[in-house]
Amino acid sequence: MEIWNSHFECMERNGLKHIQTERLRETVERVYFNVPYYRNKMQQAGLGPESIQSIDDLAKLPFTTKTDLRDNYPFSLFAVPMSEIVRIHASSGTTGKPTVVGYTRNDISTWSEVMARTLTSAGANRHDFIQIAYGYGLFTGGLGLHYGGEKIGASVIPISGGNTTRQIQLMRDFGSTVLACTPSYALFLAEAIAESGIKREELRLKVGVFGAEPWTENMRREIEDKLKIKALDIYGLSEVIGPGVASECLSQSGLHINEDHFYPEIIDPETLKVLPPGLTGELVFTTITKEGLPLIRYRTRDLTSLNYEKCKCGRTLVRMNKCLGRSDDMLIIRGVNLFPSQVETVLLEMSGITPHYLLIVDRINNLDTLELKVEVEEAFFMDKISQLEAVRQKLQNNLENSIGLSIKVTFVEPKGIVRSEGKAVRVVDKRKF
Amino acid sequence: MIIPQLSVFLENKTGRLTEVLEVLGEENIRITALSVADTSEFGILRLIVSDPDKARAILKKHDFTVNLTEVISVMAPSEAKFYAKILKILSDLEISVEYTYAFSIGDKSVIILRCSNSDKAIEGLKKHEMELIKASDLYKI
Repeated sequence: MEIWNSHFECMERNGLKHIQTERLRETVERVYFNVPYYRNKMQQAGLGPESIQSIDDLAKLPFTTKTDLRDNYPFSLFAVPMSEIVRIHASSGTTGKPTVVGYTRNDISTWSEVMARTLTSAGANRHDFIQIAYGYGLFTGGLGLHYGGEKIGASVIPISGGNTTRQIQLMRDFGSTVLACTPSYALFLAEAIAESGIKREELRLKVGVFGAEPWTENMRREIEDKLKIKALDIYGLSEVIGPGVASECLSQSGLHINEDHFYPEIIDPETLKVLPPGLTGELVFTTITKEGLPLIRYRTRDLTSLNYEKCKCGRTLVRMNKCLGRSDDMLIIRGVNLFPSQVETVLLEMSGITPHYLLIVDRINNLDTLELKVEVEEAFFMDKISQLEAVRQKLQNNLENSIGLSIKVTFVEPKGIVRSEGKAVRVVDKRKF
Repeated sequence: MIIPQLSVFLENKTGRLTEVLEVLGEENIRITALSVADTSEFGILRLIVSDPDKARAILKKHDFTVNLTEVISVMAPSEAKFYAKILKILSDLEISVEYTYAFSIGDKSVIILRCSNSDKAIEGLKKHEMELIKASDLYKI
């Protein structure tokens, strides 16, 4: 199995710790002097850059959350002047305000490097054809894979998401060998290929790198069985860099975290204490090389555990297990982050009130579907069918514009949504993970 | 001349209409006219009842979404040409009819109309000597 950067990926752990310490100290100094938000927070905690002498001192530093990103919207957490920023990406936030990330030229180079590692660990090289069916645009998926693919010298096919007929046609005609998309879209494609009458022998596909949404071992088996490929899990979040934070190698035994760039901790989401290796808790990242948007102890809300044993592929980088869930109410639908509070905001803007609602997430024919049941209140009840339909249509449009997902709105009678004791149930997720 | 009509939101499932009528029946509400407009998912029940305020309160107590809307009512012979004439009068006045329903008693029809402008509609119909029905009279039918 090829390794893109064996110096770092297979580094002896003591040496790695030394490098992490160096890089952390530089990062802390940089954010202390360049980002007022971090300086204030550190001063409040009675800390200065000199308080962090080793990577073991990291736990002294305060956490950063998505709310902090929102409060500093759009650029206040950037640690460099805007003239140094060469790229801006954004993903949806909790209240409709997107989470904004900025990259310097060096950050783009780091991102390309970690994506090159990801693709190499999936067995890809300059002779491969990589079909990138992740969305391009503000979402980090498409461009992240793209730069990594070019870096390893593969032939990149930037087809982006959707248009399944064309995906299949080019997959056959160009001889794509690597497929990059969400796992649910991979399954959808598998079935579309079966229906298209194209024979497996006509395709040269050998491996898929799938991420941006949670998936199970069952889904992996199904994809591998239907597409006759190796299906690998990749992990990333735009705040940290995008895809490329961690990825599985061909031995499929956990996702190697590029910890010479992104330092992971596992904390108890309740007590916020760091947990010993092997225990399951919330994954926290500190970026130790990023320039544009360095993050100190960023709470991902993803629940997982870490394994520090050397992998049989030869890499020494720590492995994270598949994410088990979230410590908040965020949903990942077709790779898009969705908080129920975003739906609430749209409802409030539209009717001036917050009616009872229920989001129902399902997976039909391998694609996530969203239905929003809304109890009809007098405030927006109209006596004419066409008017009521117009209200429903407007609500659907507003939701799609603000969230970036199509949601089917259904009106139900008051009390049509079952009340629960205690915290209101806003989401029913019927997907099986 | 303006008649208050109750509009009730209903999901399109069996038993919902029965429930509305049962709760109104328990409180001895009399129904003069009723019509349902529906789509595959939901319906709007329109009712003209003896005591609209009371009926509205009862339905709200039972968790129905209810609105009061204004309609007008005309009594005319049951022949189609009279219905047509009423609609023609309104369209000539550029009043749009959002919906209408009717029932007949003997050789007469009681026509309920929801118009874009009720006052203008009443005035126009009176001018053409149409027989408008008052709410209090309608409840006695």
